[in-house]
Amino acid sequence: MSPSGAAAPDTLIYAGAADPTYLDPALVSDGESFRVTKQIYESLVDFAPGTTRLVPALATSWSVARDGRTYTFKLRGGVFFHDGTAFNAAAVCANFNRWFNFSGPFQDASATYYYQAIFSGFKRNENAKLGAPLYRSCRAVGGLKAVVKLTRKNGPFVPSLVLSAFAMQSPTAMRKWGANQGTVRNGVFAPTGTYAFQHPTGTGPYMLEKWTVGESVILKKNPRYWNKKQPRLARIIIRPISDNTARVQALQTGEVFGMDLLSPPLVATVRSNSRLKVLSRPAFNVAYVTIQSAKPPMNDIRVRRAVAYGLNRQLVVNSFYAGRAQVAHQFMPPSLPGYAKDVVKYSFNPTRARQLLREAGCGPPCKIEFWYPTGVSRPYMPDPKANYEAFKASLEQSGFDVQTTSMPWRPDYVKNVNQGTAGHLNMIGWTGDYADADNFIGTFFQGDSPQFQEKNAALDKLLNAAEQEVNQAKRIRMYQQANRLIMQNLPGVPYAHSTPALGFQKRVKGYHTSPIGTDLFKTVFLGGQ
Amino acid sequence: MLRFVVRRLLLLIPILFGVSVLLFFWVRALPGSPAESLLGERATPELIAAYKERYGLNEPIWRQYVTYMDTTVADRDLGISAATHRQVTDEIRQRFPATVELALAAMLFSVSLGIPLGFIAAKRYGGPIDQGSLFLSLIGISVPIFVLAILLKYVFAVRLGWLPSVGRIDLLIFDAKHPTNFYVLDAILTRDWSTLWDVLKHLILPAVALGSIPLAIIARITRASVLDVQNEDYVRTARAKGMSPGVVDRRHVLRNALLPVTTVIGLQTGLLLSGAILTETVFAYPGMGSWLRDAIFNRDYPVLQGGILFLALVFVLVNLVVDVAYAVINPRIRYSG
Repeated sequence: MSPSGAAAPDTLIYAGAADPTYLDPALVSDGESFRVTKQIYESLVDFAPGTTRLVPALATSWSVARDGRTYTFKLRGGVFFHDGTAFNAAAVCANFNRWFNFSGPFQDASATYYYQAIFSGFKRNENAKLGAPLYRSCRAVGGLKAVVKLTRKNGPFVPSLVLSAFAMQSPTAMRKWGANQGTVRNGVFAPTGTYAFQHPTGTGPYMLEKWTVGESVILKKNPRYWNKKQPRLARIIIRPISDNTARVQALQTGEVFGMDLLSPPLVATVRSNSRLKVLSRPAFNVAYVTIQSAKPPMNDIRVRRAVAYGLNRQLVVNSFYAGRAQVAHQFMPPSLPGYAKDVVKYSFNPTRARQLLREAGCGPPCKIEFWYPTGVSRPYMPDPKANYEAFKASLEQSGFDVQTTSMPWRPDYVKNVNQGTAGHLNMIGWTGDYADADNFIGTFFQGDSPQFQEKNAALDKLLNAAEQEVNQAKRIRMYQQANRLIMQNLPGVPYAHSTPALGFQKRVKGYHTSPIGTDLFKTVFLGGQ
Repeated sequence: MLRFVVRRLLLLIPILFGVSVLLFFWVRALPGSPAESLLGERATPELIAAYKERYGLNEPIWRQYVTYMDTTVADRDLGISAATHRQVTDEIRQRFPATVELALAAMLFSVSLGIPLGFIAAKRYGGPIDQGSLFLSLIGISVPIFVLAILLKYVFAVRLGWLPSVGRIDLLIFDAKHPTNFYVLDAILTRDWSTLWDVLKHLILPAVALGSIPLAIIARITRASVLDVQNEDYVRTARAKGMSPGVVDRRHVLRNALLPVTTVIGLQTGLLLSGAILTETVFAYPGMGSWLRDAIFNRDYPVLQGGILFLALVFVLVNLVVDVAYAVINPRIRYSG
């Protein structure tokens, strides 16, 4: 019970860090928006709770034809959108066609980031940098079968459909409330219809009741939800509390029943309270030290290997993650298919590092510039300065003379890292968007990457082939081989997979944490302490 | 007086124009752009270049200003937030009432405590009350607001559970009506007394935290002013004429001593209205302050330009009201235009 309110055993109050941007999932790319849209909308496929295993959602099954480009989705019957219209194959095709036909400001990366990441381009690209579209057509066969044709083979296609960005929305409601209307004023895109703010319409277990910006998003139970056993609560209230400490205090006072983004230093505070508990989100991220391979002396593989032996990763993971991380040995988390157990591993070995530097003719001491960000805390890197100082000390012990550069995270640091101008080494990381190796090592190393400056034709060829392979067993082998190659070439050194924490009152039951951060509330209920 | 008010209102035009120019160039002098801020790790050089090209951020800055003023003046709105994609005017309508309530509550707290404290300190000059008030004022001014806020929350919300720690209202009150967005006023208008009590409880801790600095300043200024005034000839004359000390204090000392205090109250109110960034953040209070803080982090040009321009207007208007109040309190002051 909150200090002033009456007990409401059928309502969950949950704290996020910010308001959603808006509630049209095709047009957002931030976690706070997806936190809400995940409850309102559903996708064709989903993850089994708490895992990255694909399971049916609005599609009960799917298959790919021999050509590797034609997908047939069998759809769940008896499903209705919140506006009462039926979910069927025509609705599926209407959604695919909507994304494909986006034009004008809707083609901006800030509006359709995920569509562009997966589908490359639109029907009529208005920007030369956009690629050839992956999508070709969609055909409704009867009421409950949709056949989607792609222009080329693409392995990540089905796994990416888990993303809330590709959730199914009511074509009728989108038309009625102007979902495809938008404008650009003084350099900013904004939807001008009311759909994305007041009338989001999906098939999900909860419907929008009221959104008061800065205060709360109130969702109410969808009485016509296809799974009669769900949702278990009458209402979900999501409130934005940007300050970490304020979120925890609100949990302590009972003003919220659960909260995301519990920072490692505050985990002990929650744990020490007998009414509260800590849940863990499966590790789905990687923190790494980028090596600028094109910049001498890093163009010598022996120096890069000396860096890998010189970074005391175990010490950093043990010291600065409050027991909530494991040492990373490759650029993707162990839970993802394609992870290879037999990559080259580099344990801290200063003697070996010095020997390699001598062989390479760089010192010791070998002078290098190492960057770290200020004013930021990421799930994979809660305290960048602490990580940096430990790494600097271990590198100096290993024969390097480390010159320090620090910069504010936004915008200077990220910009320099992405442009490949952030020293010889720098610290950054990645949290996955969908459960596919392509979202990790494909994003980092496929094509020319100014960040890594890695030119490796064999790796590039392998990643291209893996992206187009639709046979899952073959794809997994390709990504395993890619991981072996990457850790031999060392375009960087991965060092941590962290396990983000969430705080809850003990009476909150049935909560499953999703690796990608978009948790479903339909299984949640409130019990006793 | 009327001519004075009209003249001051006309002066608003060049002031707002000047502020708009300064703001426009200041926000663009901040390193980075909305593209880098909004896309984070995903902000590749290609995406940033495409964003800048599409939205005219590569144009000469004077041309960007002309475009901005053109749409702002012609359409009479302040643009669209780069982060939330909402109309800036809509966000102000939503958030400004929260800030006004908080600022007024903080000012009520600091005035109702600060003036008596300063007055008593002056009357007991050099005594323990005076020393105590000096000590309290020093603490009020020197303790950072966020430290005080966290401390207050810890004691009164977390440990004692007397008061809420975040927000404007208990979210489990589903039936509260907000026709004006001034929650206190709304609760009174709808005669919803339980909601009124809840809203007031949500105001107490942030108002005390935010009011701590004005409280200290008002107490010190009142003390100094009372000390000055009570040695004036007209006070001595009043006493010599046999007026009771209470009447002398009320009619002659306090009324004259309050003149400089009025100015301070006006300035402080303007400052409080301009968004209590730290207080609102710590208490997750959905006002202008937390909104502008996010806008700075996001390099949200339209929000920074529109929001601060609006607050500049409020600041100028509040000071105009203070000047008029000055004349009301002290009949010797007449504005001639």
